[in-house]
Parts: sequence; structure tokens; C-alpha cells
Amino acid sequence: MSRLKPQKEYEKTFAFHFFRWLSGSKDPYLGEVEMQPQKEIETPESTILERMSERQMIHDKVYDVEKNRKLVLFHKIYVIAAIFFSIVLAGLLLYTVSCLPGTGNASNPANNEVPKRYIEKGLEETGAVNVVTGMILDYRAFDTFGESNVLFIATVTVLILLHRKKKGSGEKEEDDRVFEPKNDVILQASAAILVPVIIIYGIYVILNGHLSPGGGFSGGAIIGAGLILYLTAFGFEKAEKMFTEKTYKAVCFVALTFYCLAKSYSFFTGANHLDSHIPLGEAGHILSSGLILPLNICVGMVVACTMYTFYVMFRKGDF
Amino acid sequence: MDFVQNFPFFSIILSMLSGIISSVLPGKAAKWVNTAVIFISGVLSWVLLLYLMRKGESYTYMMGHFPAPWGNEIRAGVLEAGTALFFCIIMLLSLFGGRKKLEEEVDSEKHNLYYILMDLMLSSLLALVYTNDLFTAYVFVEINTIAACGLIMIRQNGRTIEAAVRYMIMSLLGSGLLLMGICMLYDLTGHLLMSNIHEQVKALASSGQYRTPLLVTIALMSVGLAIKSALFPFHAWLPDAYGYSTVSSAAVLSSLVSKGYIFLLMKIVYRVIGVTVFDDSRIIDVLFVFGLMGMIFGSLSAIRENDIRRMIAYSSVAQIGYIYMGIGMGTEAGMAASVFHILSHAATKSLLFVAAIGLTDVSKGSRKFIDLTGAAYRNKWAGVAFTVGSLSMVGVPLFSGFISKLLFAQAAVQNSGKMLPALIVLGISTILNAIYFMKTVIRIYTPVDSINNTADTAGDMVYAYKNRRSYTTALICFTILNVILGVSSQPVVDLIGQGLAMFS
Repeated sequence: MSRLKPQKEYEKTFAFHFFRWLSGSKDPYLGEVEMQPQKEIETPESTILERMSERQMIHDKVYDVEKNRKLVLFHKIYVIAAIFFSIVLAGLLLYTVSCLPGTGNASNPANNEVPKRYIEKGLEETGAVNVVTGMILDYRAFDTFGESNVLFIATVTVLILLHRKKKGSGEKEEDDRVFEPKNDVILQASAAILVPVIIIYGIYVILNGHLSPGGGFSGGAIIGAGLILYLTAFGFEKAEKMFTEKTYKAVCFVALTFYCLAKSYSFFTGANHLDSHIPLGEAGHILSSGLILPLNICVGMVVACTMYTFYVMFRKGDF
Repeated sequence: MDFVQNFPFFSIILSMLSGIISSVLPGKAAKWVNTAVIFISGVLSWVLLLYLMRKGESYTYMMGHFPAPWGNEIRAGVLEAGTALFFCIIMLLSLFGGRKKLEEEVDSEKHNLYYILMDLMLSSLLALVYTNDLFTAYVFVEINTIAACGLIMIRQNGRTIEAAVRYMIMSLLGSGLLLMGICMLYDLTGHLLMSNIHEQVKALASSGQYRTPLLVTIALMSVGLAIKSALFPFHAWLPDAYGYSTVSSAAVLSSLVSKGYIFLLMKIVYRVIGVTVFDDSRIIDVLFVFGLMGMIFGSLSAIRENDIRRMIAYSSVAQIGYIYMGIGMGTEAGMAASVFHILSHAATKSLLFVAAIGLTDVSKGSRKFIDLTGAAYRNKWAGVAFTVGSLSMVGVPLFSGFISKLLFAQAAVQNSGKMLPALIVLGISTILNAIYFMKTVIRIYTPVDSINNTADTAGDMVYAYKNRRSYTTALICFTILNVILGVSSQPVVDLIGQGLAMFS
């Protein structure tokens, strides 16, 4: 590009200041700014060619659409059959739902002695003001233990799929982290305010699970969201100072083992008609309702760790 | 209450706890914990079985301080305890048989994850067997599904990941249909406990109320579990999942995971819907027809296959078809035959998978039939075991497969309406089975000429997978189990009859 003015004269003009401000290297109010526009990531030509040839190969091998007339025909029939099947299934299910008992009728079969006892005696028997928490963590605690194991095993499966080998062993993989935006000031500033609030709110929801709406699952999800926000804003280096694979293992191990042992004790005493010696406390107090509070904390820890680990794993974190 | 009655609860909780503890253990320790837990669960189930046989009636066990419709409950009878014992034996032997292969194929960092999956798989199978609550069953179906995906893809190459994705999609569709069925059933009856639902369904059926939703509910639950256990038109995920995963996973998936779902379906038929209501719905005929189709088309696909592992996998489709045919007959005898076939197929199919890996490994790791020529001479134990498994699958007397075919035929004769199709398809399917299994057996016992032989001994050096003690022991145990089921089948059949009587 050729300019009419020489470089020195051009630097004094408004256009130069404007473009310098626009490119982000200098701010008229703050002076020099650290933030640089992201560098273009250079991809060597060989990689691009390799990728293209791979894609072509897969396309030729698997979806050889042009030469394979049968496959084309099959795909057309498949699409039509799939749409037809989905519509029929949806119609059938809608029709069935219209035949079910209407919502909110007092005479519905679901309004029987089961919810009645939950509602009328729940507070007295479990000590939890929040009946839902009393149901999932006391009446039907075995199901909830199963659910927290579902989360645990889901994390295990994601670790199997995405956990990277330790550095120095095996082939070098492409590092996706270079594509990530870094050091976004706005995000960092807002995260610095929001993250503590979110995490404290999550802790509040967990601790008050037996007193107000909430509990381990919802509170854990809130804490997990806070941790993810922190990671997004400040990057892996800082996040790994407080949360690594070891932290995950320790937290999950402690929480699930405690849940397992505590509930085993309670199941065993209950089934054998022994007294469990766990005081229910005074309803409405934070330290009340027996095992529900510690179990809520355990579930919350597991849920938060699971969410965070999923996020880290899907972002190719080293953990 | 006797102390023995705690045992189902102990075995479920113990296997879950071991999975949790294994997450912080190194691979080797996790392996021993896993072996110990399977062994202990097996012993507990065995003691429970003896206790229940003496007692002669089933019992329910309260999980917690609250009685059944409010809290959770599990239930144990002869059939449950026997199935749990059998599942433990098969899982232990499958793990023994595939242990070396697992160490070769899976990163050592991920070994403890594999054993976590196995522990939780065991807990979910035990819970599916013992549960008396539909929602608990659903929770453990979820654990089972996710664990099965992990078991498929722990050996990481393209095929297993594709297989795992396919398995996940199909299996989640099945779970979704099952969950919808459970929700609707709850809406209709107001209960999740099996015995209470049973009473309500009986009342609904006799009064004729909510006829359509009840029918759709039965259909949704049956189809959901049929998809998950790979009944014929839904079997597309199966050959890849069983054919490419590591051998212990393939054995466990084919002989236990699908059987767990079928056991749950039987539970739903007997203890939730009730036999009469289930018979009156036309769903039972649908299951029968698809079972018959699976018997033929599964075998046809197996004949066309040129890969020994995939051939065995397709044979599973046919065998699942047998089981659904038995359920579809709608008689006590048909159901008993199905239960026996669950045991027989579990013992045989895992034997075949474990034996096949020994044969392929002495053939330079190739799974093509042409390379397997004479493999039985190179690995004698695997050859013998594979032959035993094949004979059992075809239905030769002395082996377990014969007894299950006999029971199916007897059940078919008692059922006038379905006798002819069942017997005809049973005959055709036996011939088809014989074609592809005998083809393989002849192939592995065909001697190779000396020029090829030198090349093969070189291959032995690389893939020396014979003469491993644990592997051979597993093969021998599987063979003995198979022969026991085949020779002294009467006590087992009596036990199943007693268990089914306790069931309803």
C-alpha cells in the first residue's frame, strides 16, 4: 500500500490515531494497553493437505454416494421411513397422553397414601422442612445413591474417552488451547465479582437444602457453574492451582465413601429394626434432620466436581 | 429376621463401595479388589440360595427405616439368588480369561477405570436382579448403560468408539422408552413398587379402565428393554460392540448385560404387569414373532460374516431371539426354557469369545477365517474350548445348549397356537447354527502344510497368548460349567421352576 504522506507526517494525523486505537495497541485514555490482537494461528500446509486427503478418503470409503446408487436409494428411503416413524410414534404418544388421567384431579390414582404420608409425616419422620429433600435423601436414599453413582460413572467414562496421556509419552497431539481467547479484561473483571458470589450462593443452596427449596443437586450445579466461569475467565494455569485431577479424585472419593458408609449404616439398622441413634434435631435449624445435611453436602460436592471435570475434559484440559 | 437376609444388600453395596474405592487405587490393586468383590458377592449369593431353598419362600428387605411404598425395597427369591450367583461366576471367569489381553490393549493408566466400570456393572446387575421397585431398576439401568459404553470404548481405536456411540444412541433410546413406560405406569397406578403396581394393574384390567394407556405402557417397556437387549430389528449396534471391544468386555456384554435387561423384562412381566394381562395384550405375539425372525436372520448374518469375533456376535442375535421366543410363548414352560437359555447362553457365549481370542492370537492376530486354518493345533486348549462352545450352541447332547433347545421344544409342544412356527424355526435355526459353527470348527482343525507352519511359529513369538495359566483355567472352568449345565440339568430346571413359582 502506498501513502501520499511520508510516515512521520502520517503519525500525526487523526487517521493514524484512530486506526491505532482500533487495532487495540493504544488506548486514548489508558495509554499503552497490554492486550494485543490475537495472532493468526499458522497451520502448516502439510497438515491442511493431510486433513483434506483424510476427509476425502473417509468420504470415498464410507459415503461413496455418487457411485453407489443403492446407498442413495437407501438414504432416501431411510429418511422417509425415519420421518414417518417419528410422526407415528409422536402421534401415538400424544394420543396416549390424552387418555391418561387429567392433571390436578384429586381423584387421580397418583394421589394415594404414598404422597399423603410424605406430606403429612415427612417433617416429623425425616426432620426436613423441605419435603422433597426428605424424600430423595431419606425415604428413597438408595435411588439417590444410585443417581450419584451415575454421575460418578459418567465422569469415569468421559475420563476414559478424553483423558490425555501424560506429557512425553506417545504422539504429540494438536493443542487446541492456542485457539482459545485469552485474558479478556471484561470477562475477567466480571468473573472476579461474580465467581465468589455464585459459589457462596451454591454453598447456601446446599446447606439449606433441608430447609428451603434446593439441595445437593441444584447447589452442586451452581458451584460447578461458578468454577467453570472462573476457568473460562482466568485460564487453565490459574484454575489448576486450586483444582486438579487429584482434587477431583479426593473430593469424589471422600463424598461417595461417606455417603455409602453412612447410608449403609442407616439401611442396615432400618432393615434389621435397630435404633440408628442419629438425632433428628429441631426442625428448621441448620443442624437438623439427621443425615440429610451431610448427605446433601456429599451430593453437592460430587455434582460440582462432575460438572467441572466434564468441562475441563471437553476443552482438552490436562487436568 | 435372619442375618442371611442381609446378603443381597451387602453384595450390592459392597460392589458399589469397591467401585468408589478403586478410583483412588492403582490398576493392580483395583484388579484385586474387583476379583475379591465378585468372589464375595458370588459366595453371598450362594449362601442365600441355599438358605432360600431350605426356607422355600421369598422375602422382601427394607432399604432404610421406612416400609415399602414409601421407602425402597429389594426382594430375593430362589431365581434371583441363583441368577446373581451365576452372573458372578460368569463375570469372574470372563475377567480371568481376558486379563492378559486387557493388559495388552488398554493403557496401564486406565486399568483402574476399567475395574471401576466392572464393579459398578456388577452392582447394577445385582440391583436389577434383586430390586422390587421400578424406579430403582431404572436408576441401575442407567448405570448399566453408561458402564457398558465405557467397557466398549476402553480399548481405543476408531471402530470401538464408533461402536460405543452407536451403542449409546440405541441404548439411550431404549432407556427413554422404558422411562416413559414407567412414568405412564406411575400415572395410571400411583405406585413405583412392583407388588403395588401389580395389584392396581389387575384392578384396572378387570374394570377395563385406561385400556389404551396400559397397552401403550406395556409396549413401551417391552420395546425399550428389547432394544437394549438387541432383539432382532434393533441389533445393528451389536456386532461392532461385541466384535471390537476387548475380550472381557465382549464376554461380559454379551453374556451378562443383555441378560440383565431380559431378567428385568421377565420381572416386569411377572411382578408388575402380571402374566394374564401381559398375555392378553398382543405385545407378547410381537415379541414372539421378532424372536423367531431374530433366530433366522441373526444366523444368516453370522454365516455371511468373514470375521470370527463378529460371527460370534451375530450368533448372539439368534440366541437372544430364542429367549424372546420363549417369553413370547406365554406359558410357564416357555418362560422356564428362556431362563435356562439365559444361563446356558451366558456360559457358552463367554466361552466362545474367550476361546476365539486364543485362536486369533496364534494366527498373527488376524480374525479372518483363512488365517485361522489349523489354529486349534497351535493353541490346543482354545481349540477344544471353542469346539465345546460350538457344539453347545448347535445343541449337541451333553452340552447346555441341547437342554435349552429341548426345553424350548417341550414348551412349544404344550402351546397349541404357536407350536408349528416355533418348532419349524427351531429346526431351521439349529441347521443354520450348525453351518457356521461347524464351518469354523472344521477350519480350525484343518492342518496347514509345513511351509505355512514355519511362518506361523514366527507369528507365535509375537502373539504368544497360549499357555497362560489364568487363561487356560478360565477356559477349563467355562467348559466344566457348560458340561454341568448339560449333564445334570434337572436340578437347575427344578430350581428355575421353583423360582418362577416364587416370582409371581
